Amino acid sequence: MPANQVAREAVGDYKAGWHDPENSTVRFDFGLSEQVVREISAIKGEPQWMTDIRVKAFHHFMERPMPTWGSTELLNSIKFDEICYFLRSGEGTENDWDDVPEDVRNTFDKLGIPEAEQKWLSGVTAQYESEAVYHSIREDLEKQGVIFLDMDSGLREHEDIVKKYFCSIIPYQDNKFSALNTAVWSGGSFIYVPKGVHVEMPVQAYFRINAKNMGQFERTLIIADEGSSIHYVEGCTAPTYSTDSLHSAVVELIALPGSYIRYTTIQNWSNNVYNLVTKRGIAHENSTVEWVDGNIGSKLTMKYPAVILKGEGSHAEVISVAYAGEGMHQDAGAKVHHLASNTTSKILSKSIAKNGGRGSYRGMVSVSKKAENCKVNVVCDALILDEQSQSDTYPTMEIKNPSCRCEHEASVSKVSDDQLFYLMSRGHSEDEALALIVNGFFEPFVRELPMEYAVELNQLMALEMEGSIG
Amino acid sequence: MTSDTPVLGISELHAGIDDTPILRGIDLNIPPGEIHAIMGRNGSGKTTAANIIMGHPDFEVTKGSVELDGEDLLEMEPWERARAGVFLSFQYPQAVPGLQVGNFLRKSVAAIRGEEEAKGAEFRKKLKDAMTQLDIDRSFLGRYVNDGFSGGEKKRFEILQLLLIQPKLAILDETDSGLDIDGIRTVAKGINNAVRGTGSSALIITHYSRILEHVQPDKVHVLIKGQIVKSGGPELALELEERGYEWLEKEAEGLA
Ligand SMILES: Nc1ncnc2c1ncn2[C@@H]1O[C@H](COP(=O)(O)OP(=O)(O)O)[C@@H](O)[C@H]1O
Ligand SMILES: [Mg+2]
Repeated sequence: MPANQVAREAVGDYKAGWHDPENSTVRFDFGLSEQVVREISAIKGEPQWMTDIRVKAFHHFMERPMPTWGSTELLNSIKFDEICYFLRSGEGTENDWDDVPEDVRNTFDKLGIPEAEQKWLSGVTAQYESEAVYHSIREDLEKQGVIFLDMDSGLREHEDIVKKYFCSIIPYQDNKFSALNTAVWSGGSFIYVPKGVHVEMPVQAYFRINAKNMGQFERTLIIADEGSSIHYVEGCTAPTYSTDSLHSAVVELIALPGSYIRYTTIQNWSNNVYNLVTKRGIAHENSTVEWVDGNIGSKLTMKYPAVILKGEGSHAEVISVAYAGEGMHQDAGAKVHHLASNTTSKILSKSIAKNGGRGSYRGMVSVSKKAENCKVNVVCDALILDEQSQSDTYPTMEIKNPSCRCEHEASVSKVSDDQLFYLMSRGHSEDEALALIVNGFFEPFVRELPMEYAVELNQLMALEMEGSIG
Repeated sequence: MTSDTPVLGISELHAGIDDTPILRGIDLNIPPGEIHAIMGRNGSGKTTAANIIMGHPDFEVTKGSVELDGEDLLEMEPWERARAGVFLSFQYPQAVPGLQVGNFLRKSVAAIRGEEEAKGAEFRKKLKDAMTQLDIDRSFLGRYVNDGFSGGEKKRFEILQLLLIQPKLAILDETDSGLDIDGIRTVAKGINNAVRGTGSSALIITHYSRILEHVQPDKVHVLIKGQIVKSGGPELALELEERGYEWLEKEAEGLA
């Protein structure tokens, strides 16, 4: 059988599931130890304080028990000894696609990244395995003082800022996987937007895992200074393998007074990837932090983007969708903590389960005692496409101030024969009819995406619905 | 196809659901350009007949045939029937939250009439004209299909689709119910425009004769307990209006 045919059969319906031959320049042995952690730090030539925090985080990771929510069973089946924790694929980060190794560049070409960059982005980082292979930012933004780097370069070139904010929102002790990420992090984005600067077009990072049994641990830090704004978009894919890979990122957002940060994720991992990500932002006075979070693939996702509303008048929004198909478990949700008065939050969660997939919403909203006049709005909707699939919601609310206005709605629905028949009578095949229903269900999320992503996501869901009714 | 091949040809049709018979031997022929009406009380099997012509998967045909222009419809999937020229205006149109009316109309016209017919200035003009005719506001295009529509809005939306899709055979299931007199007039005008003078045929399903004052049927059939017990001209609708269904039910029992 020709190689590409083998690849295609393994991939099935997942369109980003091909893999390229591995041409690594540095590859660590499988498994994790203090030695591995120190070597990652050494190879990057990091300052001592970073090495120290990595080592501390490593020991915390080893001692910390697995989370008891989500899927402890799946978590316990992760073979940490069979994962490669660092893999370098190039000679460094290039700012010209022509200098990126050809096979890696082809991958990003196939994923449409250089094209998107030319058309509608302010800047791009492309990470392949552990490190960024390409990076660029529009000149005018650079002139205005916007810093957009991969995290390794960020640490080298702006150590003072990184030192101030690294682990400030998500300490390594936060959870087992934030400890793991802090120990072995590599790549990710570092962004600083100066006072009053508005980055009009989104900047994008694209994360690609190519190797088998790979661990990708990017670390992202975004700081929006007073009165500034930025929209950051990340996309993720990986090849389909029969063995598992691990993606465990940490993202910290700092919205200083009056600023605005939107962080959009479209994660479309193949279903051999564990996706265990910690994302949290802090919102100072009158600032806004928004998470727009799409989770389409993966074996197990556990992700609850969080916002701490620390400053008066700040606002949080978490809009997420999750699609759990065959062999997928999406445990996703949102957390918002209202620590100050006149803060508002809006959570919208939509999940679809199909072919035995399982989607869970896990949410936490708290309002502290001294936070007056807060507003909370939570809506979570689930759509179940067949009898084998499952959906659960675990909403938690801790409202300690009685002046809070709190709204909460939840719904679970199924696609009915009559609904399908109505659409089929308008010339749409069964698959098309189902895709119309599913895309309609996701519409409140898709509406939030830049147009290019909206089109892509709709097409992706239409593909997922092909041949699904038998 | 010869000139006397009916647009819709139903013969000896028996059908039901879960082993319960609902239609018990129906024969019906609608020639090109004609409008026929089926009248009958609630529960007589009118919607079932419409569902079976359109191909609802829940119903089972146990005997008989249904043809469009001499072509076997029963072998086709619902979307193939739609593309072949059958249109059903639903008694209870279904809501699809998140699917915008404008988008849905474009996609449906593309699926049934082809991509070319669903784009460009010509389509936009047709859409605008049809909406004006039915007294539908532009803002309607941004709403979600049948989601939170009033009864009257749902019926107008069905007729809007009819005007854009221009089928060979339009089946209108209780399109008049839930409409006030102005609504009935508007909708009737839409049906007349879609059918009269276009060579299309229509089957109007109703249990009142009201709509038939505005859309003159060529023939009226009375359905009782899954059988057509009487057929006649438009005057039969008026007779039913005056006398009700009871006399026919008695006649039917006499026959049975
Ligand atoms: N989906 C269904 N499941 C079970 N029985 C049905 C279903 N649809 C219709 N019926 C039965 O078939 C008969 C005719 O119904 P219907 O065709 O809706 O009548 P009409 O449209 O004339 O009011 C009724 O007795 C009804 O209960
Ligand atoms: Mg009916």
